[in-house]
Amino acid sequence: MDLTAHLPALQVVVPMLSAPLVVLLQPRGLAWAGATVAALASFAIALALTIAVLDGQPQVYAMGGWPAPYGIALGVDAFSALVLLVVTGAGAASLLAARPSIDQQIEQERQPLFYSAWLLGLAGLVGIVVSADAFNIFVFMEISSLASYILIAGGPDRRALPAVFKYLIMGTIGATFYLIGVGLIYMMTGTLNLADMEARIGDVVDMNPILVAAGFITIGLALKAAVFPLHVWLPNAYTQAPHMVTVFLAACATKVALYVLIRFDYLVFQAKLADHEAQFALFALPLAILGILVASAVAMFEGNLKRLLATSSVAQIGYILLGASFVSQAGLSASVMHIFNHALAKGGLFLAVACLAYHYRDLRLDQLGGAAARMPWTCAALLVCGFSLIGIPGTAGFISKWLLISAALESGPWGWGLVAVILVSSLMAVVYIWRIVEALYFRAAVEGDSLPAEAPLQLLLVTWLVALLNIVFGLFPGVPLELANSTATLLAGFAS
Amino acid sequence: MTPETAILVALILPLAGALAIALAGRVSPNLRETVTLVTAAALIWVVWGLLPTLMAGGRPAVEISQVMPGLTIAFKVEPLGMLFAALASGLWIINSVYSIGYMRGNKEQNQTRFYTCFALALSATMGVAFAGNLFTLFLFYELLTLSTYPLVAHKGDPATVRSARVYLGVLLSTSIGLFLPAIIWTYMVAGTGDFTPGGILAGKLDDPAIGLLLGLFVFGIGKAAVMPVHRWLPAAMVAPTPVSALLHAVAVVKAGVFAITKIIVYVFGIDFLFDAPSSGWLLYMAAFTIIAASLIALRQTNIKRLLAYSTIAQLSYVVMAAAILKPLAEVGAAIHIVAHAFGKITLFFAAGAIYVASKKTELHQLRGIGRRMPWTTAAFSIGALSMIGVPPTAGFVSKWYILAGAFEADNLVAVFTIIASTALNAAYFLPILYLAWFERENSGAPEHGEAPLAAVLALCVTALLTLAFFLFNGPVIELESQVVRGIT
Repeated sequence: MDLTAHLPALQVVVPMLSAPLVVLLQPRGLAWAGATVAALASFAIALALTIAVLDGQPQVYAMGGWPAPYGIALGVDAFSALVLLVVTGAGAASLLAARPSIDQQIEQERQPLFYSAWLLGLAGLVGIVVSADAFNIFVFMEISSLASYILIAGGPDRRALPAVFKYLIMGTIGATFYLIGVGLIYMMTGTLNLADMEARIGDVVDMNPILVAAGFITIGLALKAAVFPLHVWLPNAYTQAPHMVTVFLAACATKVALYVLIRFDYLVFQAKLADHEAQFALFALPLAILGILVASAVAMFEGNLKRLLATSSVAQIGYILLGASFVSQAGLSASVMHIFNHALAKGGLFLAVACLAYHYRDLRLDQLGGAAARMPWTCAALLVCGFSLIGIPGTAGFISKWLLISAALESGPWGWGLVAVILVSSLMAVVYIWRIVEALYFRAAVEGDSLPAEAPLQLLLVTWLVALLNIVFGLFPGVPLELANSTATLLAGFAS
Repeated sequence: MTPETAILVALILPLAGALAIALAGRVSPNLRETVTLVTAAALIWVVWGLLPTLMAGGRPAVEISQVMPGLTIAFKVEPLGMLFAALASGLWIINSVYSIGYMRGNKEQNQTRFYTCFALALSATMGVAFAGNLFTLFLFYELLTLSTYPLVAHKGDPATVRSARVYLGVLLSTSIGLFLPAIIWTYMVAGTGDFTPGGILAGKLDDPAIGLLLGLFVFGIGKAAVMPVHRWLPAAMVAPTPVSALLHAVAVVKAGVFAITKIIVYVFGIDFLFDAPSSGWLLYMAAFTIIAASLIALRQTNIKRLLAYSTIAQLSYVVMAAAILKPLAEVGAAIHIVAHAFGKITLFFAAGAIYVASKKTELHQLRGIGRRMPWTTAAFSIGALSMIGVPPTAGFVSKWYILAGAFEADNLVAVFTIIASTALNAAYFLPILYLAWFERENSGAPEHGEAPLAAVLALCVTALLTLAFFLFNGPVIELESQVVRGIT
């Protein structure tokens, strides 16, 4: 039997079916091993799909053999392939490293359930990415959200509960808005399949429900994606979550929502709705700029390491939205590229934080003095990923910054103003990363008597792997760049 | 070894050296210092091995990778870069000998980190020197900033960390805020960033924009310390003196003026820029920096801060020479990079030797020090005379060429600036020499002799180089004349 044709389905099925199996693996360590194998398998599937897409074969899959408008369709093109790589890569890397940190934070008997929720979260996220159907996107969005509520609340810190409650309320509002929008479109077009929707929406564009639907869907997804000012759930949720969960979610969760936002908007609305281009730009551009500047400024004064990095994520989401709001090929390319590069940088940073947290229970900057002497490898990895976040040449972050600035310069008369925003926020990134560096390297140790020790090897190796990938993709960004460029061609084709 | 391989080896060798130094540091300090010296010697052998090829007109080039279409990491050796690389690698070994004397004499902490970062900084310097396009230049320029940060912050106390913050803040914010957009703009306008004789912008950019782009480059390259982005250089003086000597008198600051010269010659093109009135401001800005920095130097009481402001002024000599936009002046700019390097490294070495031997850091403490430290004081005097431009020192040669270029361009502003700054240089260096040689020491001063032998040896060698360059500068001038060959 040839499995290749079934890869899009397997991408979801493998983590989803592994989730209940993992619950049964009670003996010590087995649950972790099972979950990791499942995550690695789904990463391998994503790689295989990417190779197929790079060969010029977008994968379309009809569930149960029912053809597209009637049956459930899955589809993988360049954009989905890139986001699949990010999601499964983040899932695999974080699970691979997770064991020492999770052993420390989650009681032994709850671990199988915890890993099972993790796999469900992964399955939900990849499900969103491969779905070619608006309603299934909602279903998978709910699966991934419910799983991430469990994951975030699973930590030992009781402060996680109010954080997750806030996230739950906001996330539910976002999902409901999305569902209302999809319902309105279904009412007008009678279809849920995205491609079909795109074909039929042309007949009803002048109807008010479509406009309302566009508004509901955009705002609902912006909430899920933590676009400024709808981001208030994010810093607390990421700060209070177990450290490894933060790695996983920070690297990919909001990006999947952005993926749906960009895809839905360009695929369904851009070509058909009159003036939608200008409306989308007018909605997204100011929010992106505000998000970049305000969140960076807040991060500059944040005292807790995890919350600082979480706040910086809001600014980085602003970069992704900024690129998309240019409604140009170069802008989309930059935006998609930043989805990939930011996942690398922020994933690596949170991995390093997990390493630090293995010894430091209090992650406030003024408590981390002398960490560089005790954990030199951890701190060096954190430095490399920090450079990538700033956009120092030679790291992945520089590539997306270069593309973004080039796109801004092309984007018209206010291009120079946008360049100024990008550069100013890069300098703010220098400030908040350097506050971490000075704390780790130059502040005197607080507790003088504890012994110097590195993080466990398992955690450290994965951290360094991600740190090195930041450099590799800074010097040889070939594959993600090709995927980003074909995504841009694909989506911009719909827009024009 | 083919020249192409030599380029790569020159980059990798200090990097490998840094790794070896870090490992050797765990074994013994002697082994670590041996590794440093061996790496430095090997680097000289590799870099200077490229000289015959360059003299014969060869331009070895090598491309590492294509990051994005049109954006490559590529290296190409041309006379300016060759001179800079030869200078930095040649002085590294002398500086390493000096460092051994200085660091041990001072019983400094974290010496392994010091030597490791030094080797890293040299690798970045080689990258800057051999960069074949703007992107590669930018890559290594930033690496140079980051690898020298730990050296500046070496001491680690709050005051030092604050100064290091100024250092990093100014250099990173100018490079990200101004240099990077200038580079991206150039790539968008010209479609390439390759350093090409004659420039790549001719006919692609109009007048007011030319001056603006030039401004983004000049102030974006903060390492050149053209006012008002000079504040990081005095701040960097908190570093141990060998760092100030090699990095903040030679490698780092020269990377700045070298980059500006290279961009003027190979990105804009001299003729193109000469015909653009909007680029004229650069000369005035450089002239202002020369005079203003000299005036500030007059008022300094700390030896290293005085030398820092003198460096700011001397760096703008190079920028001003490049901005005269005449062949002779471009040659003068290149030679001044060398001439100033010899003189200024000698001055810093002497200041450091005085600190090691006596812990003296202020000018007024130098009263009568010529009797206690005759070798050091003699070397200091030679360095100071070279700054003023008195024959027979290196400083005279470059000043001669810059003046000749200024006359060729009928540029009276440049001529006047050179004369005025010579007078100012004399005004702040000669009193020090008088104080050191002819005044009597205060009674009851603590006893001390010369600094450790390694330090004294190093500063004598650089003082001799300062004198020797006056007599034997033929090959350098011949090499640099290639840069402007065919331009009238």
